[in-house]
Amino acid sequence: MFRRLPEIETASSTVAFTIDGRPASARAGDSVAAALLANGVTVCRNTPVSGAARGPYCMMGVCFDCLVTIDGTGNRQGCQVRVAPGMAVETQNGKREVER
Amino acid sequence: MSAQGSKFDFDIAVVGSGPAGLAAAALAASKGASVVLLDEQAEPGGQIYRAVTETPVRDRKVLGPDYWHGAELLGPLRDSGATHWPGTTVWSVARPREDAADGSRPIQIGLSRNGAASMLTVRHVILATGALERPFPIPGWTLPGVLGAGAAQVLLKTSGLVPSGATVMAGSGPLLWLLAWQYLQAGARIDAILDTTPRENWRAALPLLPGFLRSPYLGKGMKLMLDVRRKLTVIGNVTSLRAESGLAGGKGGEGVLKSVVYTRNGTEHRLPADTLLLHHGVIPNLNLANATGCAQRWDEQQRCWRPTTDEWGATSVEGVSLAGDGAGIGGARAAEEAGRLTALDALYRLGRIGREQRDQSAAPFRAALDRALTGRAFLDTLYTPAEAFRVPADDTIVCRCEEVTAGAVREAVRLGCSGPNQAKSFLRCGMGPCQGRLCGPTVTEVIAAERNVSPAEVGYYRLRPPVKPITLAELAALPKTDADIDAVFKH
Amino acid sequence: MTQPSRGGEYDVAVIGGGLVGSALAWGLARSGQKVAMLDEGDIAVRPSRGNFALVWVQGKGLGMAEYAGWTKQSSDDWSGFADLLREQTGLDVAYRRPGGFMPMLSEEDLQARANTMMRLHNQPDMIPYPYEVMDRETLRKELPFIGPDVVGGTYCPLDGHCNSLRLLRTLHKGIGLLGVDYRPNHRVESIEHRDGGFRMATAGGEVRAGKIVLAAGHDSARLAPMVGLSAPVRPQRGHVIVTEKTAPFLHHPTVYVRQTDEGGVMIGDSFEEVGFDTTLQPGVSSAIAQRAIRFFPLLGKLNVVRSWAALRVLTPDGFPIYEESTTAPGAFVATCHSGVTLAANHALTLAPLIAAGGLGDRFKPFSARRFHVPQAA
Repeated sequence: MFRRLPEIETASSTVAFTIDGRPASARAGDSVAAALLANGVTVCRNTPVSGAARGPYCMMGVCFDCLVTIDGTGNRQGCQVRVAPGMAVETQNGKREVER
Repeated sequence: MSAQGSKFDFDIAVVGSGPAGLAAAALAASKGASVVLLDEQAEPGGQIYRAVTETPVRDRKVLGPDYWHGAELLGPLRDSGATHWPGTTVWSVARPREDAADGSRPIQIGLSRNGAASMLTVRHVILATGALERPFPIPGWTLPGVLGAGAAQVLLKTSGLVPSGATVMAGSGPLLWLLAWQYLQAGARIDAILDTTPRENWRAALPLLPGFLRSPYLGKGMKLMLDVRRKLTVIGNVTSLRAESGLAGGKGGEGVLKSVVYTRNGTEHRLPADTLLLHHGVIPNLNLANATGCAQRWDEQQRCWRPTTDEWGATSVEGVSLAGDGAGIGGARAAEEAGRLTALDALYRLGRIGREQRDQSAAPFRAALDRALTGRAFLDTLYTPAEAFRVPADDTIVCRCEEVTAGAVREAVRLGCSGPNQAKSFLRCGMGPCQGRLCGPTVTEVIAAERNVSPAEVGYYRLRPPVKPITLAELAALPKTDADIDAVFKH
Repeated sequence: MTQPSRGGEYDVAVIGGGLVGSALAWGLARSGQKVAMLDEGDIAVRPSRGNFALVWVQGKGLGMAEYAGWTKQSSDDWSGFADLLREQTGLDVAYRRPGGFMPMLSEEDLQARANTMMRLHNQPDMIPYPYEVMDRETLRKELPFIGPDVVGGTYCPLDGHCNSLRLLRTLHKGIGLLGVDYRPNHRVESIEHRDGGFRMATAGGEVRAGKIVLAAGHDSARLAPMVGLSAPVRPQRGHVIVTEKTAPFLHHPTVYVRQTDEGGVMIGDSFEEVGFDTTLQPGVSSAIAQRAIRFFPLLGKLNVVRSWAALRVLTPDGFPIYEESTTAPGAFVATCHSGVTLAANHALTLAPLIAAGGLGDRFKPFSARRFHVPQAA
């Protein structure tokens, strides 16, 4: 669980996006992974191997644990993509579907 | 003065815009070479100076003066005339087998920018790929809620996010203490720091203490550590760690972190935790160098693989140099100086400066590098993680992508796997999207321990491009020669 | 593994720990032989770690009907072979035989393919098997994701695929359970035929055996002359690309694209005569990727997570060599570039024959002497 430092919460511009269809907000400049954590979402997917839950781990693009579906495209690295207004972020279940 | 009009896109490509890359690109471009700085992130700084241009954490005392030094590297880059391509992923660096007809020796770089892959041709490449956190394989380290301390620091720098709820930090090494100190400045909650520094490391490190006493970081480091120890609960001599899940939140009641179990003086204790931040040092991020074919060696003192380089950062592959932590851990200030030295040598190799000029210009940078590295041996020795945290028990996952346990690796060794490449083909460890970054060092050490030989003898994964995923459509759109097409369609 | 060799006597030493060697070692040990399997180390030229994992029948054997029959036999025995492995080791090598396709991108190619299949089946001594030449619409019923460039293709119900890396692991586990002495880091330097047996000088010490089987892939070319055999094999490079794990969507293997049991899509391949160079060529990978997208456009958005180049072990005519030495009886060579497809034969048919003492007339066509005698006028 993560929270925003208080002086930032007020000073910054917010970005409206959705997580699994639910409205959410983040700060402009947040990565998708950071935006998920800021919204209390620690689980971003279940693995394709065992189905175990995973969340962001490295936040620098090397571990590939924060994979999510962004605007319909599966397996994107949440920590490497910046959240954008209206973005649809979806958590993932197992293997990517080829049509997504 | 530029490579325009030739078949070269640039004289020099620098990969990574942390301290080494920023300093190398700025120096090389300021001497008239055409330079492109390629970086995966949207803003320069690497991980150590991540978001230094745009962090929302405006109170400078939170991130501290060492962080803000990074901003000083940006002016020289801007003034140098180097081209900066942020948001650019380098997935391949290769020297074609044959030199060009005019005897020049091109380097081809595969990159991906704005969703499109392309090839860039340069004369020289400087890899400044930095470090990543050393894998910390404990039971439960894959649970949501467990992150690297470095990852948490990225969240602080880029987004002003700090943990809320019960928070435990565990491990050893300077970054752990720095983050704890930054959290203190920011008023974040930390319930406990579990210090895993092995007691016996002090005995080994003590003879190296005189060197450390001359380190420029000694004063700062000590103050920071004392601050943290005074204000936070620090539990030392922790010899085992385990993250445990509960059924909570999320989809279908899957496990997320609920508590941390640790052993101290032979007794097990449990702490409730919503967030566990793990750290026990950093290691070179060597995937690109490895896939480029650069030789690497096992560094016993730093207990990691590092690409082999000479005093100028030159690797075993002609035209490919390495600067900064990607060549062996020395820290941000050392990386900056190494970047400058590497740039000078690249200029010399390209015929832009003479040997004498290179050596003369290098003198102050080399002196500064030596100063920055003073005391490193002490830190490396003191913070060498205990074997239990490098060579985990059978039930611990070592390969996060393919969910392969240490026990499975040991079984493969019993079947006759003598190294990580055969283990990879048997078990798929290292075959997932992270390409062994999070399991490679552990797999080497587990095999070495099981075979009772040194990691150097066991070896490391042999990596191939693409070192970062690109889409099949991107790959399909790359330029192809007639020979390439014939190789596929004609037989 | 690193301990010095005991210098002990074995009934058979199999040289090579890849798919051919380990399938033979498994079959030999099952036939009651005391077997050593000598192998190189972690980094070696290992086609068995780079293959495409098809168990493939259609189109093979034009020019040697015996090879077509040998291939069909292995395909027919594969299911039972996989069952035996599962019962013994508890590991599933994911063998499936849903029938395979060779899709085509031009009418001209489709016609040429149809002719090839017909010529193949018109050979004397050919054991026929079912196949179909399909037009686009028929093909699309089986492979709904084909792109607009696909004009049709050929189909053979005998074709299948498996998880070839798991096959390698399973065979290694199996030979361990059968008591085979596996010796990695035992590259064979020289072989001496003496007193009716064989002495091998290896990187790990001397090994002695009554019989030897050369299953060393490319290295058999070096080893074969030491025992009066010949294995004129050359490396031919092939690039392979693998995507991230994807939910099952491609239910039949094709020659160029197949979805693995683990979900990744494996995409091949190329044919390059470049010696022992396994450097990846971006342009070749790109051509492979482009063709795969023409077959299945929706592959374009998948992420490539790995690619590699491996070296096929090719004889001059592309067919296997199986032979016993006449000057050093008890020395056998087995080499092919279809170590997956032929694994069932190697384990269940060839190994028992070697254990029993000889190959017999059936294998005469596979002798390397076919490369030495002048072509009949």
